[in-house]
Amino acid sequence: MSDLRGYLDTASSEPLHPAARETLMAALDRGYADPRRLHKAARDARLLLDNARAVVAECLDVRPDEVSFTASGTDAVHRGLLGLARARRARGDAIVHSAVEHSAVRHAATWGGTARVVGATSSGAVDDDLEVAAHGAGVVACALQSANHEVGTLQPVEDLRLPEHVPLFVDACASMGRLPLPTGWSALAGSAHKWGGPAGVGILLVRRGARWETPFPEDDRVDHRTSGFENVPAALAAAAALQAVVSERDETNARQHALVDRVRRAAGALPDAEVVGDPVSRLPHLVTFSCLYVNGEALVTELDRRGFGVASGSACTASTLEPSHVLAAMGALTHGNVRVSLTRDTTAEEVDAFCAVLPEVVAGLRS
Amino acid sequence: MILELDCRGLLCPQPIIELGRRVTDVEVGELVAVTTEDPAARYDVPAWCRMRAQEYVGEEPAPDGVARYVVRRLA
Repeated sequence: MSDLRGYLDTASSEPLHPAARETLMAALDRGYADPRRLHKAARDARLLLDNARAVVAECLDVRPDEVSFTASGTDAVHRGLLGLARARRARGDAIVHSAVEHSAVRHAATWGGTARVVGATSSGAVDDDLEVAAHGAGVVACALQSANHEVGTLQPVEDLRLPEHVPLFVDACASMGRLPLPTGWSALAGSAHKWGGPAGVGILLVRRGARWETPFPEDDRVDHRTSGFENVPAALAAAAALQAVVSERDETNARQHALVDRVRRAAGALPDAEVVGDPVSRLPHLVTFSCLYVNGEALVTELDRRGFGVASGSACTASTLEPSHVLAAMGALTHGNVRVSLTRDTTAEEVDAFCAVLPEVVAGLRS
Repeated sequence: MILELDCRGLLCPQPIIELGRRVTDVEVGELVAVTTEDPAARYDVPAWCRMRAQEYVGEEPAPDGVARYVVRRLA
């Protein structure tokens, strides 16, 4: 197993959970056949796929027939949101979403309809205009993330009061497995590699009875909501990781929440720096901050040199690059930006070491 | 007076560094204008003003169409 010390970019991708590895290795030899066929090997693959679906359903407190395995989290977002819109295309094509949605949502809304974007507060939460916009003419779907993927702020999904005829799509990629799902959605998306499952597995949930039509060409597979040959071993491994993560999350979340508070304090103590995102109503494992007068990419490179892998929403390497649309929508500083996200195994020692190098790294880049 | 900072061709965060370095060249109440193609400046000039307790006056195009961001020194 590779050395994960200093890897602080779980929000991009969490290292594979041991439960997923074990399941994946076992399933690779069993789950190769086409689960639609009638012979023994096919029935075995189908059994594994149904088992994966049942486990995911139980972990997420939904029905198995509401669960689909997609090719990625992005694919689940595209299918979930656009499928709701397509089923209502007779009424219009407007899709309302917050300005801080993941680019998968933004691109889907623009590609499949007319996007109506509403702003966010300085903490990253969507503002009240979302409900107002949802009452507009021709609105066929409203999209709101469960939590922001860049700054960690939880969104008030359950407080939304949408018109009866406007379904809610929730991008839960940043929180699935870590937090219980919010209620009130018609379709919802998650991504396995964000919780320690393998990449290439997305979760699409479509509520029973919700009006949804496939937005892409149909495929005659096991599940009419997806297309392409099912990756049965990966789906099963994703389910195993989800099960493990959900069972461990009370302990993990409390530990990560406290460790992130240490980073928030250290970053907040830097001169001319600001910690971005809600300090309390947030994902447990993630924090973002920005430092004035510092090139974000240089900060990432220097931290990498010291053994820490972090992400950045800055775009200082070319004059044509737009910085993070999330930071921009919040009115936060976009340069000198760093996102730190802890793995389930990140230790207090690693966090303290990161906090210890931060002041001199920032000061060094400013001088 | 208005202090004009020509930051054309500079990459982020150089225009903001210039702004931070030169703002004290004007008196309190006077203006500094930063002209730059850097897309991040649209967000970072107002953010700088908020963090440094200065006033963001607004954005307008320079004669050549490049964005010009105006700041009033308050402190």
